[in-house]
Amino acid sequence: MFEESAKIETKNLNVYYNKNHILKDVTINIPSNKLTAIIGPSGCGKTTLLKTFNRLLEIRDNVKISGEVIVDNENIFSSKKDVSDIRKNMGLLSQKPYPLPMSIYDNVAYGIKIHNNIKSEEIDNRVKYCLNESGIWNEVKDRLNEPASCLSLGQQQRLCLARALSVEPEIFLCDEPTSALDPISAQQIEKLLNKLKKNFTIILVTHTLRQAKRLADYVIFLYFGKVIEEGLASEIFNNPKKPETKSYIDGDIS
Amino acid sequence: MIVSLIIVISCLIIIIGLVVFNGASSISVDMITQTPSGGYYLGKGGGILNAILGSLFLAIPATILAYLIGLAIALYLQKDFIHSKISTIIRLSLDILWGIPSIIYGIFCLMIMMILGIGTSLIAGIFALTLLELPIITRYMDESIKMVPHGLKEGAYSLGSTKFETALKVVRKQATPGIIAGVLLGLGRGIGDAASILFTAGFSDNIPGSIFDSTASLPTMIYHLYSSPIPLVRERAYAAAFILLLIVFFISILSRYLSRKFTRHVIV
Repeated sequence: MFEESAKIETKNLNVYYNKNHILKDVTINIPSNKLTAIIGPSGCGKTTLLKTFNRLLEIRDNVKISGEVIVDNENIFSSKKDVSDIRKNMGLLSQKPYPLPMSIYDNVAYGIKIHNNIKSEEIDNRVKYCLNESGIWNEVKDRLNEPASCLSLGQQQRLCLARALSVEPEIFLCDEPTSALDPISAQQIEKLLNKLKKNFTIILVTHTLRQAKRLADYVIFLYFGKVIEEGLASEIFNNPKKPETKSYIDGDIS
Repeated sequence: MIVSLIIVISCLIIIIGLVVFNGASSISVDMITQTPSGGYYLGKGGGILNAILGSLFLAIPATILAYLIGLAIALYLQKDFIHSKISTIIRLSLDILWGIPSIIYGIFCLMIMMILGIGTSLIAGIFALTLLELPIITRYMDESIKMVPHGLKEGAYSLGSTKFETALKVVRKQATPGIIAGVLLGLGRGIGDAASILFTAGFSDNIPGSIFDSTASLPTMIYHLYSSPIPLVRERAYAAAFILLLIVFFISILSRYLSRKFTRHVIV
């Protein structure tokens, strides 16, 4: 279906919250250096799936996970893997941007400092590089010491992107990153994602079909915790094979 | 609405008014710069510097200790570290400890002191106050740490920071205003408490020279002075109460100022 090898694979992944069966036998492949959109109605387990990838789900009580998630040919649930390393490898953009309660500079420097022991000039350079990559450098270069909370939501989301870049991940997990933003900020984020997908594997959870159409190379359709269909974006949107997919794309179910 | 407002404000004014009215004539420079000389309790010269310093020497170390222990407990109580069933039990225990009258902390510490063979001393008083303040500070900090949005922690975790790094560098920072308020609430409570230090810190006319010396404190000094049959000495009790009130006001104003200052970085 796609030429490159899979970056992330799941095998028979099941997730339960208390007694609720959230994800049911999810077996998918996510191609590397592509943008994969996970679409589906609200409450169908999109965010849950995303958070199993970086093992953020396990922080909650009463979560039971079975099955495998394989990243770069290694099961992330195997005891050899360090949770920090798994998470560091996957940048996260959440629905509402949550910058750290620190200055703009420290938001980006935080990740660099906890993983490296390097000189302050080098940190400066990397902070500048990350802010530049996320297209926010020119807006913040004169006020790096101001608190991150004084930025607008759109700027905060780009700061979160810069922060994620600072620890050099290979994968980006985006959980409806534009849903809290105004149209112009949303467009900036979309542009950035489009630019980043050449070098990163991006997984985008969205319930805006038009956004998925604009950005996705590969699409996974989830419905009530089950994968109904996965495939190249062009095929899913133009020629869906399953009736549920067709009715979702036509807007009959939402 | 108006009635409740009047009750609150008139209570405040009457209490302060009574203390100032009765004590104002006894306040002097000597009072805050000298220790009691012979016959102070009979109306002769001297001051209560021993009690002012004693109160500070008791309450400040106790608050620092309670803060350090309380912060560790409060951070650990979050669901990132332990199952919510266990934290519910710990929170309930802390709430019960909060409600225990301070005299009981006093006799509990006295019992421990007798076992260890220590007499009334500064260190015993510090421990009694630490026990008294610990549940207050811990629960207050815990409530403000609980309010830290989950998304903020997820942001820190997704950068690969560990639970401890996240708790100490991110969660603590976000909860700073609440933490400061809790610490100063504990300090205010500790500095004004008489019952817990009555048996543990004892009383002395001298400024304590070591942690094993007995020490006076403002609340116990007020108690002593007011027990006197001599009107002049009872006036001095009001003056001492006035000094204690000033210290408590200063603490609550400081707490407001500091909380506001540290909200700078807090994410809303």
